[in-house]
Amino acid sequence: MSAPIFEVDNLRAHYLTRFGQKIQAVDGVTFSLKAGEILGIAGESGCGKTTLVSACMGLYIPPLHLSSGDVKIDGKSIIGMSVEANRQQVLARQIAMIPQGALNSLNPTRKIKDLATDMILSHDERTDKKSVHDRLRQRFEKLGVPKPDEVLNSYPVQLSAGIKQRVVIGISTLLDPRVVIADEPTSALDVSTQKAVIKLLFELMDQNIIGSMLFITHELPLLRHVSSRIAVMYAGEFVEMGTTEQVIFDSRQPYTKALMGSMLSAEPGQKNKKPVAIEGAPPNLAYAITGCRFAERCPQVKPDCKELQQVIRIVAGREVRCKYAE
Amino acid sequence: MPSESKFEGKNLSRTFGSGKKLVHAVDNVSFSIEDRQIVSVVGQSGCGKTVLAKMLLRLETPTGGELLFNGKPIARAVDPREHWRQVQAVFQDPFSAFNQFFTIRAQLKSSFNLFTQKPSDKEMEDRVDQALLAVNIKPKEIEGKYPFELSGGQMQRMLLARIFILRPQVLIADEPTSMVDACSRASILDYLMKLKQELDMTIVFVTHDIGLAYYVSDAIFIMHKGKIVEQGSPDQVTQSPTSEITKQLLDDIPDVHKNWIDRAAAQ
Repeated sequence: MSAPIFEVDNLRAHYLTRFGQKIQAVDGVTFSLKAGEILGIAGESGCGKTTLVSACMGLYIPPLHLSSGDVKIDGKSIIGMSVEANRQQVLARQIAMIPQGALNSLNPTRKIKDLATDMILSHDERTDKKSVHDRLRQRFEKLGVPKPDEVLNSYPVQLSAGIKQRVVIGISTLLDPRVVIADEPTSALDVSTQKAVIKLLFELMDQNIIGSMLFITHELPLLRHVSSRIAVMYAGEFVEMGTTEQVIFDSRQPYTKALMGSMLSAEPGQKNKKPVAIEGAPPNLAYAITGCRFAERCPQVKPDCKELQQVIRIVAGREVRCKYAE
Repeated sequence: MPSESKFEGKNLSRTFGSGKKLVHAVDNVSFSIEDRQIVSVVGQSGCGKTVLAKMLLRLETPTGGELLFNGKPIARAVDPREHWRQVQAVFQDPFSAFNQFFTIRAQLKSSFNLFTQKPSDKEMEDRVDQALLAVNIKPKEIEGKYPFELSGGQMQRMLLARIFILRPQVLIADEPTSMVDACSRASILDYLMKLKQELDMTIVFVTHDIGLAYYVSDAIFIMHKGKIVEQGSPDQVTQSPTSEITKQLLDDIPDVHKNWIDRAAAQ
């Protein structure tokens, strides 16, 4: 067993509003990643997935604040640095992010090569323009981006969505980070481009360019193929975490089960099986919640669910946050 | 009795640019969309599906061929609002479809402006309430609220509520679920089915996800590079596809029970 690359220990993060309201967006998240591992995080909009990304990168820009917990890369904590120190020492070199709106994350007024140079120089002052270009060209060649020179000299508007996403991935991972967090990297792409982008991410893992990956999405069928383990997030907490097989084909937590029920697939005999939407909305995290956070919407709710604080327990070999799961 | 066709395209084309830069966005397509059916137009980004949808909405003029609506050509001379009373749309991004500076309720109410004769104020309010209930939102929930105060899934339902208010004959839904998460997607699809059943609507559903199309539609058109390369019933298209494009599209959907990317081969 190799030592974990990335460890997140009981991480809690909150937003502080102008009116002094505290919104606990990430609450008690614990997980670790080993070399070559991809952990998928699933959950509906507003469950705290994106906040978890900032929290994991040690990037606490107000109104986001750290409540408690620790994040370690290769055993070294990245928590408690100033934003500036974090940017120079941690971001891009140790942990990098592939953003959701990759199409909007490229500056339309600058050529790809200029933008990339700016970005890399802000994280690594020792390099120069020329070497960044060379490295980027080599990386694009390695990753099979067509016509790397032409791409480097283009403006974002001249590139298709799929190429733009590949360019963003190329720039994000140029400094060979240990951990990559992909936040819905394919949600704006069509299915065929999505497949190409996922292949590219696999390529990066297989060539040992990146150590491990956190893959965030709400597309469960996609996670089935991408990740080896899946964590399901609800209202800031992990409610179930196990291997992909366990979570998708044999889920135990009521929320995970409900998520599986809302899945669609084009298979014979599935046409009349209607996907089931989960009624209601997640709780407002501005107020302290006692008991299970899913109790309001849970089809299998028991009388004491609303009072009892739910803790992680092991059920059938995976972590589940539900007293009645079996 | 042969079923009536709502839209009929005969050698329909739409080109952009000229000379060397001529782009055939929709290239000589012929199709028929039957009354009271859900027809899905499926294809990759840039295949021309949105241009086709815009032509049905009279937002783009065809550059060649003929487009018949209810058996009559869509004439440029007629007031476009005449067309929009019968054909309405739901788009991908609900936030860009609503004005951020007015309350949602006021905007829903203002959709009555499309009609030459507005109903009484009382009736308009009632119909807005009914439409909101139809998409499972209590009128109180959005009282005095502005678009940015709601989530993407809720806003998408507001767009659908507008359709319940206007009750057009045809609804063009252009990627209505691509910006919402998996749970809201199921409910949006439910409302589309409800629209068809309760209001006898014809729905044209534009998407890149053939899996979604399979669920909702009575017929599927597969588009590629401006042409319709395959059309047929959902079972026919998904189970025994004849075109390579369709096979590719089916292959590219990540499915829980099928192999998707062979990682060993990539190594």
